[in-house]
Amino acid sequence: MNQTAINNIETFIRTKLEDKEHIIAWRGVISSEAISNILIELEEKLLKEKISVKLRKKTYNISVECLQNLYHHCIPLPDAYQTIYPGKYAIFYINLLNKDAYMLTTGNFILQPKVKSMSQKIDKINTLTQEDLKEMYKFILNHQKLSARGGGGLGLIDVGRKSGHKLTYEFLELDKDYYFYVLNVKITEE
Amino acid sequence: METLVIEGTQKTPSVNFDASKGVLEIKGRSIPENSIEFYRPLVEWLEKYKNNPAPKTEVHVQLEYFNTSSSKCILDLFKKLEDIVKAQHEVVINWYYEEDDEDMLEAGEDYESIIKVPFKMVEVID
Repeated sequence: MNQTAINNIETFIRTKLEDKEHIIAWRGVISSEAISNILIELEEKLLKEKISVKLRKKTYNISVECLQNLYHHCIPLPDAYQTIYPGKYAIFYINLLNKDAYMLTTGNFILQPKVKSMSQKIDKINTLTQEDLKEMYKFILNHQKLSARGGGGLGLIDVGRKSGHKLTYEFLELDKDYYFYVLNVKITEE
Repeated sequence: METLVIEGTQKTPSVNFDASKGVLEIKGRSIPENSIEFYRPLVEWLEKYKNNPAPKTEVHVQLEYFNTSSSKCILDLFKKLEDIVKAQHEVVINWYYEEDDEDMLEAGEDYESIIKVPFKMVEVID
């Protein structure tokens, strides 16, 4: 294990989650039950915020999709890491940027070969206009079958479309085989 | 044909498909991690219903939230309804969206552009 790499990831997670402006700051093992609990907490918190219905619904919708992306794509690390990062370990975090905007962040471990394909996928989404994203969404919706576990390849496109902002990401190296993948999604009314 | 009734949960919608009246309702949230399992009985019910549908089928889809996994299953349901239209029966899909929820309206319009069934967008005002 590379302790420097772990420290680097830990510093990133702690700095993020300890930010005082958050409305949700969660780290743990992602599961269907964990998603339910996060969504209950999120909904309660969003209802208390002085924000428009549109922003509240958009934030909830994007959160659902991001949490389910974690659920479907997060992988457990080898045994040596299990005491630090057990199971399908992930983070989910939302902070208030200003009264009209949130920043949602997810983090999870992925295999090294995924780094390139994920970067390419997000870069591609970022080059598309809202109209392009809409057409791409509709094409995949109409032509691609659901996988056995219920994923449809639409999640990230839907997130990009609903966000309306460029997605940002980074990969923190854990070791030569595993990376911590961080996705940031800005959410505003428009 | 038996009415299909499913109670809603925190992650799945309530369902009431009444063949005798030709009224099919889906209401609530559809955000399960894997939607295939939930939607299977709905697709199977429609598969039978389309062989002997009511003279007019009225569909009411009133979803507060739905995820992309559900969106494909909902399209599968709508494709069965399209078969009923092709067989020269009347079908209308009422797609409800909350006032200001443009994403939900747009989702309905996405379906409308893919599926050859008449849609009616219904704004729900609090």
